[in-house]
Amino acid sequence: MAYKKIDNHDLKYFKEVLSDDLVLINEQISEEYGKDELGTIEAMPEVVLQVTSTNEIAQIMKYAYQETIPVVVRGAGTGLVGGCVPIEGGIILDTSKMNKILELDESNLTLTVEPGVLLMDIAEYVETKGYFYAPDPGEKSATIGGNISTNAGGMRAVKYGVTRDWVRALEVVLPNGEVINLGEKVVKDSSGYSLKHLLIGSEGTLGIITKAVLKLAALPKHSISLLVPFANIEMAIRAVTKIVNTEIIPTAIEFFERETIAFAETYLGKRFPDTTHDAYILLSFDGNTKTQVEHDYQEIANLCLKELNALDVFIVDTDERKDSVWKARGAFLEAIKASTSLIDECDVVVPRDKIAEFILFTHEIAENLKIRIPSFGHAGDGNLHIYVCKDDLDSKTWEEKLVKAFTLLYNKAQELNGLVSGEHGIGYAKKDFLRNHLGNTQIDLMRGIKKVFDEKNILNPGKVI
Amino acid sequence: MKIAVCIKQVPASTDVKVDPVTGVLIRSGTNNKMNPYDLYAVETALKIKAMIPNTKVYAISMGPAQAKTILNEALWMGCDEAILLSDRKFAGADVLATSQALSQGLLYIGGLDLIICGKQTIDGDTAQVGPEIAELLAYPHATYVNEIISVNEKTLEVSTNYENHHEILAISLPCLITVEKDIYTPRLPSYKRGLDFKDYEIEVISLKDLPDNDEHKYGLNGSPTQVEKIFSPDKNDKKEVVEGSILHVVDTLFNELKTKKYI
Repeated sequence: MAYKKIDNHDLKYFKEVLSDDLVLINEQISEEYGKDELGTIEAMPEVVLQVTSTNEIAQIMKYAYQETIPVVVRGAGTGLVGGCVPIEGGIILDTSKMNKILELDESNLTLTVEPGVLLMDIAEYVETKGYFYAPDPGEKSATIGGNISTNAGGMRAVKYGVTRDWVRALEVVLPNGEVINLGEKVVKDSSGYSLKHLLIGSEGTLGIITKAVLKLAALPKHSISLLVPFANIEMAIRAVTKIVNTEIIPTAIEFFERETIAFAETYLGKRFPDTTHDAYILLSFDGNTKTQVEHDYQEIANLCLKELNALDVFIVDTDERKDSVWKARGAFLEAIKASTSLIDECDVVVPRDKIAEFILFTHEIAENLKIRIPSFGHAGDGNLHIYVCKDDLDSKTWEEKLVKAFTLLYNKAQELNGLVSGEHGIGYAKKDFLRNHLGNTQIDLMRGIKKVFDEKNILNPGKVI
Repeated sequence: MKIAVCIKQVPASTDVKVDPVTGVLIRSGTNNKMNPYDLYAVETALKIKAMIPNTKVYAISMGPAQAKTILNEALWMGCDEAILLSDRKFAGADVLATSQALSQGLLYIGGLDLIICGKQTIDGDTAQVGPEIAELLAYPHATYVNEIISVNEKTLEVSTNYENHHEILAISLPCLITVEKDIYTPRLPSYKRGLDFKDYEIEVISLKDLPDNDEHKYGLNGSPTQVEKIFSPDKNDKKEVVEGSILHVVDTLFNELKTKKYI
């Protein structure tokens, strides 16, 4: 498909729709717009439009569709797979100015937000009012629009599910500029194909989310975390399998190794409360009564000590303690990034009983390829975050080793009946792995769907499929 | 060596309620925790215990029965013994009467080489109880200690942090120190260790157990200062948004911070 390059006539139109200062060209476009958080894929847009309303987006899309100009939506740019990088140039629709919380509906327990509202702002807003939006990805400065577009997961998925489970309805602008509403403030929905769920996780390739109605719950009144050390990562992960088989459902189960803690300590300039052991799992429990939360954590603590060979069980109860442990956990990605010259990441998800096997496999690859591969992740839901580090390798050797490592990792994930991405999405970087994994039939079905939504392929072209 | 750590139970959140009639903090309910500064005191004691063989660490607190929770926490962190000073006659104590009770409690333990306090509490904020205990016991003391340089059975060498200068002090034992936050990262309470203390009874002592049990020196009676009024500070969530070019935003922010003397 030949795309139209943006000319003065187009800019004139954009300036009719938006105020002049929200139309950025040339040197007004900062470098950030050409990449995402990982920064491995780069391409600059021809124009950045800082949109402020659904109506503006609808008018721009109508125009772009008519003129065949590619459009990429961008929130906070915290993605890791190049999803928001405009590889065909064209327009970046920056939704970060659409950051208003529109309505808290206390009868239906929903929160209606614009797509550019940050996760941390949602949490702060609802929690001060006694409510709870459960999805809890590590990157709190991501936008909700971005979270919905990748079906972000996060740490509380074990108990509360992922973003998909917390979206009641969406307002969406289609590639041709038409505005549609998917879903309602209802709990059940058996009304035809779920286009809402198709949009969730479609990484900005099918439509533009301009409003989201999120499900809320009552904020659990009590929570406590346990930091449980083990002699090695294998024992730690094997313990997780046993823990998820009990009747107690922790809110989160994370795993990490001593090395990763050391990176976080350096990065944050703060000491972690315990660094004397090789591997840890971090569990949290929440509930409405102190008695229930205490019962739950004690049950698991006893199980860990008596049957799972835990070396100790540390209590993380007060704000200070939660801060010292969870802040470090939240900083792992940044800390690993800061520990090397370049990283690339793999966010596979495998059945929970296969995590230990997968982690040990990454250790094997690291040793065989003589490359550093630190990892951490959501042990409770099988989603791993594996980082291949460049360190002082030259570019050629790095590329070669990276391809080898990734091929081995993704093949292993497939062998263990896992999937390519747990929560970061496919974007541009993981397309080949997705195709290899799913095969032509499924990719063709996806392409067919894309065609129905976006016949001219102007919305985030070259991504996912 | 015999070390005692003085700890206090404080409200767990800053959202505290004040009794509108008496003007006193409402401390009932379960939402309490160990004063965060005291965690550093406990950790310092445990670090010294690891350096000097045969050291025993006592945790002591004054308060109602519910303060046993934080004493248990101190045991779970690694203290060996815990003692609670609890008596209605201790109620309403100001800094002096609190120091009097704690110093007597420390004498009750007896034979202490070192007493460690957090630099202050987050509810009273005076930072005076530590030094006053030392004065009442006629122990030398150092405040705002941010580093233990060396320690042996006779002398403690520390660095202290005052806003504009540091002092390196060698103090003969027995002595008292108050420690800064971040002297060490406090360890987490161990559930495993907690199981060992399952049947442990925290010793509760009252006025009659103290060497000096003149009740005029304790509680409201022994308090020369009275709190006139306690109130929650106004919540200020005023926001100012600076918009415009990056240079303009940076300049405005810089000037604002300078005018307000933050930088």
